[in-house]
Amino acid sequence: MTAYLLASLLFLVGIYSAATKRNLIKIIIGLGISGYAINLFFVLLGYRAGGRAPIFPEALAAGEMVDPLPQALVLMFIVVGLGATSLLSALAVRLYEKHGTFDVRRMRRLRG
Amino acid sequence: MRDLLAAVVAVGAVGLTLSVAFLILGAPDLAVAQLVVEIICLVILVRTTLSRDRVDAWGMRSDAAAACAAAFAAAFLLTAAAAMRALPPFGAPLMRLGGVYLARGAAGGKAGLNVVGKIIGNYRAYDALGEATILFAAVMGVLALLRKVGVKDDGGAGRGR
Repeated sequence: MTAYLLASLLFLVGIYSAATKRNLIKIIIGLGISGYAINLFFVLLGYRAGGRAPIFPEALAAGEMVDPLPQALVLMFIVVGLGATSLLSALAVRLYEKHGTFDVRRMRRLRG
Repeated sequence: MRDLLAAVVAVGAVGLTLSVAFLILGAPDLAVAQLVVEIICLVILVRTTLSRDRVDAWGMRSDAAAACAAAFAAAFLLTAAAAMRALPPFGAPLMRLGGVYLARGAAGGKAGLNVVGKIIGNYRAYDALGEATILFAAVMGVLALLRKVGVKDDGGAGRGR
C-alpha cells in the first residue's frame, strides 16, 4: 500500500503543477506527470512479488506471472498520452503566436 | 525551475526513470514503449520551448489556485488511503480478468510469445481501434492548429492589449 500511496503522491505533484503554474509548458508537463503516475499505479496493481514478465508463457503457470491485463491497458495509454502531449504543445505554440507569451495570466480577452 | 528547457529535460528524466521502473516491475513491453514515447515527447516539448523561452512567465497563477490545489491534495490523499485498503495488497494481484484470458488460451497458440500483445490482439482489439482513432484525431488537430495556408493573418491583433 505504500507503493500505491507513493504513486498517488506523484499524481498530486502533476496536478499541483497543472493547477498552480503560470507557464503553459509547465501545465503540459504537469498533466504528463499525472499520466505517468496513473500508468505506474496500474502496473503496480498487477505486480506479483517475485513474478516474471509475461513472456514465454508456456514455461510459466498463471500463478508465477505478473498480471498481463493492466500492462495491455497501459500500453494503450502511453501512446494516447503522446497524442495528448503533442496536441497540447500545438495549442501552446498557437497561443504563443497570438499573444507572444506562455503566461496564462496575460492571455486575457481570448477571442474566438 | 525558472528555465523552461531545464524543466523539460527534468520531465524527460522522470519518464526515463519510469521506464526503468516498468522494467523492474516485470513489464518490458511498457519499458520499451515508454522509452520511445518519452523521447518523442521530449523532442516535441523542446521544439515547442526553444526560442520561446522567456523567464517572465514564472511562478504561481494565484494564491487561490495554490490553496485549491492543497485542499484537493489533502482530500485526495485521505480518500485514496481509505480506498486503497480495499485493494489487494501490493505484490499479490487479483488477476480475475487476466486469469480468465490466460485460461482461455491467450497464453497458447503459436504466433507471438508475448501475452500482452496477444491480449490486445485477441480480446482488446476495440481498445486498439479507439487508440488509433484518438491518435489520428490528435494528428489532425495538430495539423489544423499549425497550418499556415488559409489562415487569415490578424496581425497579432490579440497581442499587447
